[in-house]
Amino acid sequence: MAEFTEALFSVFFVETLINGLLLGGVLALLSLGLNLIFGVIDVVWICYAEIIMLGMYTIFYLHVDGGLPLIVAAAGGVGVTAVLGWLTHRLVIGYLLQAPPINQLLATGGLLFFFQGLAMVAFGIEFRNLGVSLGSLALSEDIYLSWTRLLSFAIAGVVVVVLYLFLARSYLGAAIRAISQDREIMVLMGVNTKKLYLLTSAIGGGLAGLAAALLVLQYDVHPFIGLSFGPITFMVCVMGGLGNMVGGFLAAFIFSELITIGGYFAELEWGYVLAFGFFIAAMFVRPEGLFARKS
Amino acid sequence: MLRVEGLSKHFGGFTAVDNVDFSVEKGEILGLIGPNGSGKSTIFNMLSGTLKPNAGSIRLAGKEIAGAPPHRICVLGVGRTFQIPRPIRRLSILENAALAGYYGQAGAVTREDAWRSGSEALKLVGLPTNAGVSVNTLGAAGLKKLELAKALATKPSLLLADESLGGLDHAEMDQAAEMLKNIREELGVTIIWVEHIMGVLMRVVDRVMVLDHGEKIAEGRPQEVATDPKVIEVYLGTDAEEIAATASRT
Repeated sequence: MAEFTEALFSVFFVETLINGLLLGGVLALLSLGLNLIFGVIDVVWICYAEIIMLGMYTIFYLHVDGGLPLIVAAAGGVGVTAVLGWLTHRLVIGYLLQAPPINQLLATGGLLFFFQGLAMVAFGIEFRNLGVSLGSLALSEDIYLSWTRLLSFAIAGVVVVVLYLFLARSYLGAAIRAISQDREIMVLMGVNTKKLYLLTSAIGGGLAGLAAALLVLQYDVHPFIGLSFGPITFMVCVMGGLGNMVGGFLAAFIFSELITIGGYFAELEWGYVLAFGFFIAAMFVRPEGLFARKS
Repeated sequence: MLRVEGLSKHFGGFTAVDNVDFSVEKGEILGLIGPNGSGKSTIFNMLSGTLKPNAGSIRLAGKEIAGAPPHRICVLGVGRTFQIPRPIRRLSILENAALAGYYGQAGAVTREDAWRSGSEALKLVGLPTNAGVSVNTLGAAGLKKLELAKALATKPSLLLADESLGGLDHAEMDQAAEMLKNIREELGVTIIWVEHIMGVLMRVVDRVMVLDHGEKIAEGRPQEVATDPKVIEVYLGTDAEEIAATASRT
């Protein structure tokens, strides 16, 4: 017990909490795009993490082979994923809007393997490292915080605020909120829903690119990288109440704290066991998500 | 103003609307009545673009709109209300109306103009125009008014009013009828008004068209239509007597 108390008040535990918070920033960013798309179009993009993977490749090649500055390469990645998001709706989802949800899931699931296979053929299965490290910030002798995570956290925060202002203040945002409630009525108010869906898909895709820019700083890129954070992203969204962006944002932090705290008291893998165990328990108690809106 | 010719719609083997012709003059109020399932809503859905007709032409001020997408028809000047109100509950009353004002005018107006269209429409139907009043404060009659305000905020030249006053009491029905009259007088909007009970409608409209099983069975001034044997046959019993009584009172 004494050991436990000691562990609880050690500086390393503080570092763990802060790192959890910072990891949450990445998860929050990952879940934002998926939630936006689901909230508006009512379709879950199972292939969302694969779009992030393609964004990571784009940034890698633009920076390493193309020699472009990292920030420009990152912007290129956002551009490419925005186009991919647009295309996903234009070529696939747009034709399935009236289809049963299971068909929509299967179609985006098929896209997952399509993107994976495409990446394998085009880029090979080697792990590729950007070779850039932003280093860490020393808070004290003992506490180091990764700049990448700090940056992710800051960017996730900024994106949430910008997205919130966009949805709350602009007519386009109001139309997006309205359309998520009633698809049919909005066209009779003169709203071109097709255009709005394409725009939402492009924004969702662009957010995937932004997440890619932050992830490529921390992880090697390979065709299967999407599988390592796709499920977590999805679970964060479900736990926050699918389509509820604020809920997803909060759930991201609950998840990340559970992972890091579990990893602090045991091995990192136990952190995941704890987090996913909590997810399963939460689904029993509140299957509609912890922060589901009462409708 | 509106000229409809040979309009037909089939759902599989079922003919919902069968070769219907009619026209509406500028500034007129046309009543569209008929029992449940007679094709009134299907006609409305084709006029507003929600359904594509199988055959026929719909000309709005000389322009063919049959089969055009609903958002374009809305921008061209056709506003529509629903029998069951469909407000956007996540938005305030004013936001609902302003959003309709913005997109109904093709987004070609400024933010302030759309706001103004929205609040003018709210004022006309007698709803509060101050920002932030929640849709959830409205009762059944209030929600119907909001429907009307949303349609008016899009600045229509033709209003398709699916009023169906069923859920309202007598005073509220009269009020709703007065409001439609007011809208015509103040804004010069042409109106097609759908109803399945005839009562109040007959006192307000200039002309009535009666549908049964997708076909037009009668058309004319309220008094003529109310005494038409074919119409009385469709509205057998008390309803028909009531219609005749209402019509003779006016």
